[in-house]
Amino acid sequence: MSIIKALKLTHEYIHRDDEGNVDSIETALDGVDLDIAEGDFIAILGHNGSGKSTLAKHMNVILSPSDGTMWVDGKDTKDEDKLWEIRQTAGMVFQNPDNQIIAGIVEEDVGFGPENIGVPTSEIWTRVDNALAAVHMEKYRNHSPNKLSGGQKQRVAIAGVIAMRPKCIILDEPTAMLDPVGRQEVIETITELNKKEGVTVILITHYMEEVVNADKVFVMDHGKIVMQGTPREIFSDIKTLKEHHLDVPQVTLLAHELKEAGLNIPDGVLTEEELLHILCQLS
Amino acid sequence: MSIIVNHVDFVYSEGTNTSQHALKDVNLQIKDGEFLGIIGHTGSGKSTLIQHLNGLLKPASGEIYYNGRDINDKDFSRKELRSKVGLVFQYPEYQLFETTIFEDVCFGPKNQGLAPKDAGLRAFEALRNVKLPKELYYQSPFELSGGQKRRVAIAGVLAMKPEVLILDEPTAGLDPQGRDEILEELARLHREQNMTIILVSHSMEDVAKYVDRLIVMDDGRVAYDGTPREVFKHYEELKKMGLSAPQVTYLMHDLKKRGFDVDEDATTVAEARDTILAYLGKSR
Repeated sequence: MSIIKALKLTHEYIHRDDEGNVDSIETALDGVDLDIAEGDFIAILGHNGSGKSTLAKHMNVILSPSDGTMWVDGKDTKDEDKLWEIRQTAGMVFQNPDNQIIAGIVEEDVGFGPENIGVPTSEIWTRVDNALAAVHMEKYRNHSPNKLSGGQKQRVAIAGVIAMRPKCIILDEPTAMLDPVGRQEVIETITELNKKEGVTVILITHYMEEVVNADKVFVMDHGKIVMQGTPREIFSDIKTLKEHHLDVPQVTLLAHELKEAGLNIPDGVLTEEELLHILCQLS
Repeated sequence: MSIIVNHVDFVYSEGTNTSQHALKDVNLQIKDGEFLGIIGHTGSGKSTLIQHLNGLLKPASGEIYYNGRDINDKDFSRKELRSKVGLVFQYPEYQLFETTIFEDVCFGPKNQGLAPKDAGLRAFEALRNVKLPKELYYQSPFELSGGQKRRVAIAGVLAMKPEVLILDEPTAGLDPQGRDEILEELARLHREQNMTIILVSHSMEDVAKYVDRLIVMDDGRVAYDGTPREVFKHYEELKKMGLSAPQVTYLMHDLKKRGFDVDEDATTVAEARDTILAYLGKSR
Protein backbone atom coordinates (compact mmCIF):
# COMPACT_ATOMS: atom_id res chain seq x y z
CA MET A 1 0.00 0.00 0.00
CA SER A 2 1.54 3.29 -0.97
CA ILE A 3 1.40 6.16 1.50
CA ILE A 4 2.99 8.79 -0.74
CA LYS A 5 2.73 8.71 -4.49
CA ALA A 6 3.68 11.29 -7.08
CA LEU A 7 3.11 11.20 -10.81
CA LYS A 8 4.95 13.70 -13.03
CA LEU A 9 4.98 16.09 -10.07
CA THR A 10 6.25 19.49 -11.15
CA HIS A 11 6.80 22.63 -9.14
CA GLU A 12 7.73 26.03 -10.50
CA TYR A 13 8.71 28.95 -8.31
CA ILE A 14 7.65 32.08 -10.15
CA HIS A 15 9.73 35.17 -9.38
CA ARG A 16 8.00 38.49 -10.03
CA ASP A 17 9.47 41.99 -10.27
CA ASP A 18 8.14 45.06 -8.41
CA GLU A 19 5.28 45.54 -10.89
CA GLY A 20 4.19 41.93 -10.50
CA ASN A 21 5.38 40.84 -13.94
CA VAL A 22 6.96 37.42 -14.21
CA ASP A 23 10.70 37.89 -13.91
CA SER A 24 11.87 34.29 -14.06
CA ILE A 25 10.56 30.78 -13.54
CA GLU A 26 12.58 28.24 -11.63
CA THR A 27 11.62 24.59 -12.03
CA ALA A 28 12.30 23.08 -8.61
CA LEU A 29 10.59 19.76 -9.30
CA ASP A 30 10.66 18.42 -12.81
CA GLY A 31 8.27 15.52 -13.41
CA VAL A 32 8.97 13.48 -10.28
CA ASP A 33 7.50 9.96 -10.09
CA LEU A 34 7.59 8.52 -6.59
CA ASP A 35 5.96 5.65 -4.78
CA ILE A 36 6.61 5.16 -1.07
CA ALA A 37 5.18 2.10 0.68
CA GLU A 38 3.57 2.48 4.09
CA GLY A 39 5.95 1.57 6.91
CA ASP A 40 9.16 2.19 4.98
CA PHE A 41 12.14 4.22 6.16
CA ILE A 42 13.04 6.41 3.21
CA ALA A 43 16.02 8.75 2.89
CA ILE A 44 16.27 11.58 0.38
CA LEU A 45 19.72 12.95 -0.51
CA GLY A 46 20.64 15.81 -2.80
CA HIS A 47 22.75 18.97 -2.83
CA ASN A 48 21.46 22.38 -1.70
CA GLY A 49 18.91 23.49 -4.27
CA SER A 50 18.29 20.02 -5.74
CA GLY A 51 14.58 20.06 -4.88
CA LYS A 52 14.49 17.90 -1.73
CA SER A 53 12.76 20.42 0.51
CA THR A 54 10.32 21.41 -2.23
CA LEU A 55 9.37 17.74 -2.59
CA ALA A 56 8.93 17.44 1.19
CA LYS A 57 6.68 20.49 1.25
CA HIS A 58 4.37 18.81 -1.26
CA MET A 59 3.97 15.85 1.08
CA ASN A 60 2.00 17.87 3.59
CA VAL A 61 0.61 20.46 1.24
CA ILE A 62 2.69 23.46 2.21
CA LEU A 63 3.04 23.61 -1.57
CA SER A 64 0.65 22.50 -4.26
CA PRO A 65 1.72 21.08 -7.66
CA SER A 66 2.23 23.38 -10.66
CA ASP A 67 1.65 20.26 -12.73
CA GLY A 68 1.29 16.54 -12.12
CA THR A 69 -0.26 14.96 -9.04
CA MET A 70 0.69 14.07 -5.48
CA TRP A 71 -1.33 11.65 -3.37
CA VAL A 72 -0.88 11.26 0.36
CA ASP A 73 -2.57 8.14 1.73
CA GLY A 74 -4.67 8.05 -1.43
CA LYS A 75 -5.80 11.69 -1.16
CA ASP A 76 -4.97 14.15 -3.95
CA THR A 77 -3.15 17.14 -2.46
CA LYS A 78 -4.96 19.49 -4.86
CA ASP A 79 -8.26 18.62 -3.14
CA GLU A 80 -8.66 21.52 -0.72
CA ASP A 81 -11.30 19.70 1.34
CA LYS A 82 -8.69 17.08 2.25
CA LEU A 83 -6.03 19.59 3.35
CA TRP A 84 -6.37 19.05 7.12
CA GLU A 85 -6.72 15.28 6.79
CA ILE A 86 -3.51 15.17 4.76
CA ARG A 87 -1.63 17.32 7.23
CA GLN A 88 -2.66 14.96 10.02
CA THR A 89 -1.53 11.99 7.98
CA ALA A 90 1.86 13.46 7.14
CA GLY A 91 3.60 15.45 9.87
CA MET A 92 6.67 17.54 9.28
CA VAL A 93 9.78 18.27 11.37
CA PHE A 94 12.15 21.04 10.30
CA GLN A 95 15.84 21.83 10.73
CA ASN A 96 15.78 24.36 13.55
CA PRO A 97 14.12 23.11 16.75
CA ASP A 98 13.85 26.66 18.10
CA ASN A 99 11.49 27.61 15.28
CA GLN A 100 9.11 24.75 16.03
CA ILE A 101 8.61 25.00 19.76
CA ILE A 102 5.99 27.47 20.87
CA ALA A 103 4.89 26.67 24.41
CA GLY A 104 6.69 27.45 27.67
CA ILE A 105 6.47 23.87 28.98
CA VAL A 106 7.32 20.67 27.12
CA GLU A 107 3.97 18.89 27.68
CA GLU A 108 1.98 21.91 26.53
CA ASP A 109 4.04 22.13 23.39
CA VAL A 110 3.38 18.48 22.57
CA GLY A 111 -0.33 18.91 23.30
CA PHE A 112 -0.71 22.00 21.13
CA GLY A 113 -1.40 20.11 17.90
CA PRO A 114 -4.13 17.78 19.20
CA GLU A 115 -5.77 20.66 21.10
CA ASN A 116 -5.80 22.69 17.91
CA ILE A 117 -7.83 20.05 16.07
CA GLY A 118 -10.33 19.67 18.91
CA VAL A 119 -9.23 16.40 20.49
CA PRO A 120 -11.04 15.94 23.86
CA THR A 121 -8.88 16.98 26.84
CA SER A 122 -8.52 13.53 28.39
CA GLU A 123 -7.37 12.09 25.09
CA ILE A 124 -4.92 14.97 24.58
CA TRP A 125 -3.13 13.92 27.78
CA THR A 126 -3.05 10.28 26.70
CA ARG A 127 -1.52 11.33 23.40
CA VAL A 128 1.01 13.61 25.12
CA ASP A 129 2.01 10.76 27.49
CA ASN A 130 2.47 8.33 24.62
CA ALA A 131 4.29 10.81 22.40
CA LEU A 132 6.75 11.80 25.14
CA ALA A 133 7.33 8.12 25.96
CA ALA A 134 8.01 7.36 22.29
CA VAL A 135 10.83 9.93 22.16
CA HIS A 136 12.05 9.12 25.71
CA MET A 137 11.39 12.60 27.04
CA GLU A 138 8.85 11.79 29.82
CA LYS A 139 11.27 13.05 32.47
CA TYR A 140 11.26 16.51 30.93
CA ARG A 141 7.50 16.98 30.57
CA ASN A 142 7.36 19.88 33.04
CA HIS A 143 10.58 21.50 31.87
CA SER A 144 10.92 24.66 29.87
CA PRO A 145 11.98 23.77 26.31
CA ASN A 146 14.62 26.50 26.20
CA LYS A 147 16.67 24.70 28.85
CA LEU A 148 16.95 21.55 26.73
CA SER A 149 19.82 20.52 24.47
CA GLY A 150 19.39 20.67 20.70
CA GLY A 151 18.76 16.92 20.42
CA GLN A 152 16.19 17.03 23.22
CA LYS A 153 14.38 19.99 21.63
CA GLN A 154 14.24 18.19 18.33
CA ARG A 155 12.78 15.12 20.07
CA VAL A 156 10.11 17.36 21.63
CA ALA A 157 9.32 18.67 18.14
CA ILE A 158 9.01 15.06 16.94
CA ALA A 159 6.72 14.27 19.91
CA GLY A 160 4.54 17.21 18.87
CA VAL A 161 4.13 15.59 15.47
CA ILE A 162 3.55 12.10 16.90
CA ALA A 163 0.75 13.46 19.10
CA MET A 164 -1.15 14.13 15.90
CA ARG A 165 -1.02 10.35 15.22
CA PRO A 166 0.38 10.68 11.71
CA LYS A 167 0.98 7.66 9.48
CA CYS A 168 4.02 9.36 8.08
CA ILE A 169 6.69 11.76 9.39
CA ILE A 170 8.79 13.88 7.06
CA LEU A 171 12.00 15.28 8.57
CA ASP A 172 13.84 17.99 6.65
CA GLU A 173 17.46 17.99 7.86
CA PRO A 174 16.44 17.45 11.50
CA THR A 175 20.05 16.98 12.66
CA ALA A 176 21.83 19.80 10.80
CA MET A 177 22.16 21.95 13.92
CA LEU A 178 22.90 19.22 16.45
CA ASP A 179 26.03 17.87 18.11
CA PRO A 180 27.02 14.20 17.52
CA VAL A 181 25.07 12.75 20.44
CA GLY A 182 22.02 14.91 19.66
CA ARG A 183 22.18 13.63 16.10
CA GLN A 184 22.34 10.05 17.29
CA GLU A 185 19.37 10.58 19.67
CA VAL A 186 17.19 11.88 16.86
CA ILE A 187 18.14 9.08 14.43
CA GLU A 188 17.57 6.40 17.09
CA THR A 189 14.19 7.95 17.96
CA ILE A 190 12.89 7.96 14.40
CA THR A 191 14.28 4.47 13.70
CA GLU A 192 12.41 3.17 16.73
CA LEU A 193 9.19 4.92 15.68
CA ASN A 194 9.52 3.29 12.30
CA LYS A 195 10.27 -0.22 13.60
CA LYS A 196 7.97 -0.33 16.64
CA GLU A 197 5.04 1.86 15.62
CA GLY A 198 5.25 1.29 11.89
CA VAL A 199 5.30 5.02 11.15
CA THR A 200 6.60 5.77 7.66
CA VAL A 201 9.73 7.94 7.95
CA ILE A 202 11.01 10.21 5.21
CA LEU A 203 14.38 11.63 6.19
CA ILE A 204 16.11 14.40 4.27
CA THR A 205 19.73 14.81 5.32
CA HIS A 206 23.26 15.79 4.33
CA TYR A 207 24.81 13.28 6.73
CA MET A 208 25.47 10.18 4.64
CA GLU A 209 26.02 7.90 7.65
CA GLU A 210 22.45 8.59 8.83
CA VAL A 211 20.90 6.80 5.86
CA VAL A 212 22.74 3.44 5.98
CA ASN A 213 19.78 1.74 7.70
CA ALA A 214 17.09 3.14 5.40
CA ASP A 215 14.96 0.75 3.34
CA LYS A 216 15.41 2.89 0.29
CA VAL A 217 17.39 5.97 -0.72
CA PHE A 218 16.41 8.53 -3.34
CA VAL A 219 18.97 10.95 -4.75
CA MET A 220 17.70 14.20 -6.24
CA ASP A 221 19.38 16.63 -8.63
CA HIS A 222 17.89 19.42 -10.74
CA GLY A 223 14.39 18.63 -9.50
CA LYS A 224 14.53 15.02 -10.64
CA ILE A 225 15.11 11.71 -8.91
CA VAL A 226 18.43 10.63 -10.41
CA MET A 227 19.29 7.56 -8.34
CA GLN A 228 17.22 5.18 -6.23
CA GLY A 229 17.98 1.94 -4.46
CA THR A 230 19.07 0.40 -1.19
CA PRO A 231 21.81 2.23 0.72
CA ARG A 232 24.26 -0.46 -0.41
CA GLU A 233 23.37 0.05 -4.07
CA ILE A 234 23.56 3.84 -3.78
CA PHE A 235 26.83 3.96 -1.84
CA SER A 236 28.48 1.49 -4.24
CA ASP A 237 28.59 4.17 -6.88
CA ILE A 238 30.86 6.80 -5.36
CA LYS A 239 31.64 8.40 -8.73
CA THR A 240 28.01 9.16 -9.60
CA LEU A 241 27.32 10.39 -6.05
CA LYS A 242 30.22 12.85 -6.33
CA GLU A 243 28.80 14.10 -9.62
CA HIS A 244 25.64 14.96 -7.71
CA HIS A 245 27.77 16.84 -5.11
CA LEU A 246 27.29 14.09 -2.54
CA ASP A 247 29.55 11.83 -0.56
CA VAL A 248 29.63 8.47 1.20
CA PRO A 249 30.14 7.63 4.89
CA GLN A 250 33.78 7.70 6.00
CA VAL A 251 33.87 3.90 6.44
CA THR A 252 32.46 3.36 2.94
CA LEU A 253 35.17 5.61 1.51
CA LEU A 254 37.88 3.77 3.45
CA ALA A 255 36.58 0.39 2.18
CA HIS A 256 36.56 1.77 -1.36
CA GLU A 257 40.14 3.05 -1.10
CA LEU A 258 41.31 -0.29 0.31
CA LYS A 259 39.61 -2.04 -2.58
CA GLU A 260 41.32 0.30 -5.07
CA ALA A 261 44.63 -0.60 -3.40
CA GLY A 262 44.03 -4.23 -4.28
CA LEU A 263 42.26 -5.74 -1.26
CA ASN A 264 39.39 -8.12 -1.85
CA ILE A 265 36.59 -5.91 -0.49
CA PRO A 266 33.09 -5.57 -2.01
CA ASP A 267 31.56 -2.24 -3.03
CA GLY A 268 29.10 -0.42 -0.79
CA VAL A 269 30.36 -1.39 2.67
CA LEU A 270 28.06 0.56 4.98
CA THR A 271 29.08 0.17 8.60
CA GLU A 272 32.13 -0.06 10.79
CA GLU A 273 31.12 -3.59 11.95
CA GLU A 274 30.88 -4.77 8.37
CA LEU A 275 34.34 -3.52 7.40
CA LEU A 276 35.78 -4.93 10.63
CA HIS A 277 34.34 -8.34 9.77
CA ILE A 278 35.70 -8.23 6.21
CA LEU A 279 39.18 -7.19 7.33
CA CYS A 280 39.29 -9.92 9.98
CA GLN A 281 38.56 -12.51 7.30
CA LEU A 282 41.25 -11.07 5.03
CA SER A 283 44.06 -11.27 7.54
CA MET B 1 52.05 37.57 18.57
CA SER B 2 49.11 35.54 19.85
CA ILE B 3 45.83 35.39 21.67
CA ILE B 4 46.04 34.51 25.33
CA VAL B 5 42.99 33.56 27.36
CA ASN B 6 43.97 33.85 31.00
CA HIS B 7 41.76 32.35 33.76
CA VAL B 8 38.56 33.51 32.10
CA ASP B 9 35.20 33.03 33.79
CA PHE B 10 31.89 34.10 32.34
CA VAL B 11 28.39 33.98 33.77
CA TYR B 12 25.20 34.74 31.83
CA SER B 13 22.56 36.72 33.76
CA GLU B 14 24.81 36.94 36.81
CA GLY B 15 22.99 37.46 40.09
CA THR B 16 19.60 36.20 38.84
CA ASN B 17 17.98 32.82 39.35
CA THR B 18 18.60 31.95 35.69
CA SER B 19 22.33 32.62 35.87
CA GLN B 20 24.52 30.20 33.99
CA HIS B 21 28.23 29.69 34.54
CA ALA B 22 29.26 29.36 30.88
CA LEU B 23 33.07 29.55 31.12
CA LYS B 24 35.04 28.25 34.07
CA ASP B 25 38.71 29.16 34.41
CA VAL B 26 39.54 28.86 30.72
CA ASN B 27 43.23 29.13 29.82
CA LEU B 28 44.48 29.04 26.25
CA GLN B 29 47.24 30.35 24.09
CA ILE B 30 46.53 30.57 20.37
CA LYS B 31 49.62 31.22 18.27
CA ASP B 32 49.84 33.06 14.98
CA GLY B 33 49.12 30.88 11.98
CA GLU B 34 47.42 28.05 13.88
CA PHE B 35 44.47 26.14 12.42
CA LEU B 36 42.51 25.45 15.57
CA GLY B 37 39.33 23.40 15.92
CA ILE B 38 36.87 23.74 18.80
CA ILE B 39 34.36 20.97 19.50
CA GLY B 40 31.87 20.50 22.31
CA HIS B 41 28.22 19.60 22.80
CA THR B 42 25.44 22.19 22.55
CA GLY B 43 25.80 24.47 25.56
CA SER B 44 29.40 23.50 26.35
CA GLY B 45 30.67 27.09 26.02
CA LYS B 46 32.17 27.10 22.50
CA SER B 47 30.23 30.09 21.21
CA THR B 48 30.66 31.97 24.48
CA LEU B 49 34.42 31.44 24.23
CA ILE B 50 34.77 32.70 20.66
CA GLN B 51 32.65 35.75 21.43
CA HIS B 52 35.22 36.66 24.06
CA LEU B 53 38.02 36.57 21.51
CA ASN B 54 36.76 39.59 19.60
CA GLY B 55 35.36 41.42 22.59
CA LEU B 56 31.64 40.79 22.07
CA LEU B 57 31.51 39.42 25.59
CA LYS B 58 33.58 40.59 28.52
CA PRO B 59 34.93 38.10 31.07
CA ALA B 60 33.46 38.16 34.58
CA SER B 61 37.04 37.59 35.70
CA GLY B 62 40.31 36.92 33.92
CA GLU B 63 41.75 38.58 30.82
CA ILE B 64 42.03 38.15 27.08
CA TYR B 65 45.29 39.39 25.55
CA TYR B 66 45.68 40.13 21.88
CA ASN B 67 49.35 40.52 20.92
CA GLY B 68 50.25 41.22 24.51
CA ARG B 69 47.56 43.79 25.29
CA ASP B 70 44.44 43.26 27.38
CA ILE B 71 41.54 43.73 24.95
CA ASN B 72 39.25 44.91 27.72
CA ASP B 73 41.53 47.76 28.75
CA LYS B 74 39.89 51.16 28.34
CA ASP B 75 42.49 52.36 25.85
CA PHE B 76 42.26 49.28 23.62
CA SER B 77 40.25 50.07 20.52
CA ARG B 78 37.40 47.57 20.09
CA LYS B 79 36.97 48.68 16.52
CA GLU B 80 40.57 47.83 15.72
CA LEU B 81 40.24 44.49 17.51
CA ARG B 82 37.18 43.54 15.49
CA SER B 83 38.89 44.27 12.22
CA LYS B 84 41.83 42.07 13.28
CA VAL B 85 39.73 39.26 14.71
CA GLY B 86 36.92 38.51 12.25
CA LEU B 87 33.98 36.43 13.43
CA VAL B 88 31.67 34.56 11.07
CA PHE B 89 28.51 33.63 12.97
CA GLN B 90 26.34 30.55 12.48
CA TYR B 91 24.15 30.82 9.39
CA PRO B 92 25.88 34.07 8.33
CA GLU B 93 23.85 34.20 5.11
CA TYR B 94 20.95 35.58 7.16
CA GLN B 95 23.05 38.70 7.64
CA LEU B 96 23.40 39.51 3.96
CA PHE B 97 21.39 42.64 3.25
CA GLU B 98 22.75 44.70 0.34
CA THR B 99 21.31 44.85 -3.17
CA THR B 100 24.39 43.34 -4.78
CA ILE B 101 26.98 40.85 -3.61
CA PHE B 102 29.77 43.35 -4.28
CA GLU B 103 28.11 46.06 -2.15
CA ASP B 104 27.52 43.58 0.63
CA VAL B 105 31.18 42.62 0.81
CA CYS B 106 32.20 46.33 0.68
CA PHE B 107 30.18 47.08 3.80
CA GLY B 108 32.84 45.91 6.29
CA PRO B 109 35.86 47.76 4.83
CA LYS B 110 33.77 50.92 4.28
CA ASN B 111 32.76 50.75 7.92
CA GLN B 112 36.45 50.53 8.81
CA GLY B 113 36.82 53.96 7.20
CA LEU B 114 38.29 52.94 3.84
CA ALA B 115 37.59 55.05 0.75
CA PRO B 116 35.04 53.45 -1.61
CA LYS B 117 37.75 52.59 -4.12
CA ASP B 118 39.94 50.83 -1.55
CA ALA B 119 36.92 49.06 -0.07
CA GLY B 120 36.07 47.89 -3.59
CA LEU B 121 39.56 46.47 -4.09
CA ARG B 122 39.27 44.62 -0.80
CA ALA B 123 35.89 43.23 -1.88
CA PHE B 124 37.30 41.94 -5.18
CA GLU B 125 40.15 40.24 -3.39
CA ALA B 126 37.85 38.67 -0.80
CA LEU B 127 35.39 37.41 -3.40
CA ARG B 128 38.28 35.96 -5.38
CA ASN B 129 39.52 34.27 -2.21
CA VAL B 130 36.22 32.48 -1.66
CA LYS B 131 36.15 31.51 -5.35
CA LEU B 132 32.82 33.08 -6.22
CA PRO B 133 32.34 33.22 -10.03
CA LYS B 134 32.92 36.78 -11.32
CA GLU B 135 29.65 36.96 -13.26
CA LEU B 136 27.76 36.82 -9.95
CA TYR B 137 29.42 39.86 -8.30
CA TYR B 138 26.71 42.35 -9.27
CA GLN B 139 23.74 40.07 -8.68
CA SER B 140 21.52 40.07 -5.63
CA PRO B 141 22.98 37.88 -2.87
CA PHE B 142 19.50 36.47 -2.24
CA GLU B 143 19.42 34.49 -5.47
CA LEU B 144 22.49 32.42 -4.68
CA SER B 145 22.52 28.82 -3.46
CA GLY B 146 23.06 28.13 0.24
CA GLY B 147 26.76 27.37 -0.18
CA GLN B 148 27.37 30.44 -2.33
CA LYS B 149 25.55 32.74 0.10
CA ARG B 150 27.71 31.45 2.89
CA ARG B 151 30.86 32.12 0.88
CA VAL B 152 29.72 35.71 0.27
CA ALA B 153 29.17 36.12 4.02
CA ILE B 154 32.68 34.81 4.69
CA ALA B 155 34.06 37.19 2.03
CA GLY B 156 32.39 40.05 3.92
CA VAL B 157 34.58 39.26 6.91
CA LEU B 158 37.71 38.54 4.83
CA ALA B 159 37.39 41.96 3.18
CA MET B 160 38.22 43.51 6.55
CA LYS B 161 41.62 41.77 6.32
CA PRO B 162 41.48 40.02 9.67
CA GLU B 163 44.61 38.39 11.10
CA VAL B 164 42.44 35.84 12.84
CA LEU B 165 39.31 34.33 11.29
CA ILE B 166 36.84 32.63 13.63
CA LEU B 167 33.96 30.63 12.14
CA ASP B 168 31.05 29.18 14.12
CA GLU B 169 29.90 26.02 12.33
CA PRO B 170 30.46 27.37 8.83
CA THR B 171 29.33 24.15 7.13
CA ALA B 172 26.07 23.44 9.04
CA GLY B 173 23.28 22.67 6.59
CA LEU B 174 25.54 22.55 3.53
CA ASP B 175 25.69 19.57 1.18
CA PRO B 176 28.92 17.52 1.13
CA GLN B 177 30.43 19.36 -1.81
CA GLY B 178 29.58 22.80 -0.41
CA ARG B 179 31.09 21.71 2.89
CA ASP B 180 34.31 20.49 1.26
CA GLU B 181 34.66 23.68 -0.81
CA ILE B 182 34.46 25.94 2.23
CA LEU B 183 36.87 23.83 4.27
CA GLU B 184 39.34 23.68 1.37
CA GLU B 185 39.17 27.49 1.09
CA LEU B 186 39.93 27.87 4.78
CA ALA B 187 42.84 25.44 4.50
CA ARG B 188 44.20 27.45 1.58
CA LEU B 189 43.90 30.80 3.43
CA HIS B 190 45.72 29.19 6.31
CA ARG B 191 48.44 27.72 4.10
CA GLU B 192 49.04 30.57 1.67
CA GLN B 193 48.33 33.63 3.80
CA ASN B 194 49.28 32.17 7.16
CA MET B 195 45.92 33.29 8.52
CA THR B 196 45.04 32.04 12.00
CA ILE B 197 41.81 30.08 11.66
CA ILE B 198 39.56 29.03 14.51
CA LEU B 199 36.87 26.58 13.43
CA VAL B 200 33.93 25.61 15.64
CA SER B 201 32.42 22.39 14.32
CA HIS B 202 30.09 19.50 15.10
CA SER B 203 31.73 17.32 12.47
CA MET B 204 34.45 15.14 13.96
CA GLU B 205 35.48 13.94 10.48
CA ASP B 206 36.02 17.53 9.32
CA VAL B 207 38.13 18.65 12.26
CA ALA B 208 40.20 15.45 12.04
CA LYS B 209 40.95 16.17 8.41
CA TYR B 210 41.74 19.88 8.60
CA VAL B 211 42.88 21.27 11.94
CA ASP B 212 46.36 21.14 13.53
CA ARG B 213 45.12 21.50 17.06
CA LEU B 214 41.81 20.59 18.65
CA ILE B 215 40.19 21.95 21.78
CA VAL B 216 37.32 20.14 23.47
CA MET B 217 34.95 22.24 25.57
CA ASP B 218 32.84 20.53 28.21
CA ASP B 219 30.69 22.23 30.81
CA GLY B 220 32.49 25.56 30.34
CA ARG B 221 35.98 24.08 30.71
CA VAL B 222 38.72 23.05 28.31
CA ALA B 223 38.56 19.26 28.64
CA TYR B 224 41.22 18.36 26.05
CA ASP B 225 43.75 20.32 24.03
CA GLY B 226 46.03 18.62 21.51
CA THR B 227 46.33 17.33 17.96
CA PRO B 228 43.23 15.53 16.61
CA ARG B 229 45.10 12.23 17.02
CA GLU B 230 45.79 12.93 20.68
CA VAL B 231 42.27 14.17 21.39
CA PHE B 232 40.44 11.32 19.64
CA LYS B 233 42.42 8.79 21.71
CA HIS B 234 39.87 9.72 24.36
CA TYR B 235 36.95 8.59 22.21
CA GLU B 236 35.26 6.87 25.13
CA GLU B 237 35.37 9.99 27.32
CA LEU B 238 34.30 12.15 24.36
CA LYS B 239 31.11 10.09 24.08
CA LYS B 240 30.22 11.04 27.67
CA MET B 241 30.67 14.70 26.66
CA GLY B 242 28.06 14.43 23.89
CA LEU B 243 30.72 14.03 21.22
CA SER B 244 32.17 11.22 19.17
CA ALA B 245 35.28 10.38 17.18
CA PRO B 246 35.57 10.00 13.40
CA GLN B 247 34.09 6.68 12.17
CA VAL B 248 37.53 5.29 11.26
CA THR B 249 38.83 5.80 14.80
CA TYR B 250 36.31 3.26 16.12
CA LEU B 251 37.28 0.85 13.36
CA MET B 252 40.98 1.18 14.15
CA HIS B 253 40.46 0.54 17.87
CA ASP B 254 38.32 -2.52 17.11
CA LEU B 255 40.95 -3.85 14.70
CA LYS B 256 43.60 -3.40 17.36
CA LYS B 257 41.45 -5.37 19.83
CA ARG B 258 41.22 -8.20 17.28
CA GLY B 259 44.98 -8.39 17.17
CA PHE B 260 45.72 -6.20 14.16
CA ASP B 261 49.00 -4.37 14.63
CA VAL B 262 47.71 -1.06 13.22
CA ASP B 263 47.99 2.60 14.23
CA GLU B 264 44.82 2.78 16.33
CA ASP B 265 44.94 6.58 16.56
CA ALA B 266 44.35 7.13 12.83
CA THR B 267 41.60 9.72 12.40
CA THR B 268 41.41 10.25 8.63
CA VAL B 269 40.62 7.90 5.75
CA ALA B 270 44.15 8.30 4.33
CA GLU B 271 45.83 7.44 7.65
CA ALA B 272 43.56 4.44 8.20
CA ARG B 273 44.09 3.16 4.66
CA ASP B 274 47.88 3.38 4.92
CA THR B 275 48.15 1.64 8.25
CA ILE B 276 45.75 -1.17 7.27
CA LEU B 277 47.59 -1.75 3.99
CA ALA B 278 50.95 -1.74 5.75
CA TYR B 279 49.74 -4.33 8.25
CA LEU B 280 48.09 -6.63 5.71
CA GLY B 281 51.07 -6.31 3.41
CA LYS B 282 53.38 -7.46 6.20
CA SER B 283 51.23 -10.33 7.40
CA ARG B 284 50.78 -11.89 3.97
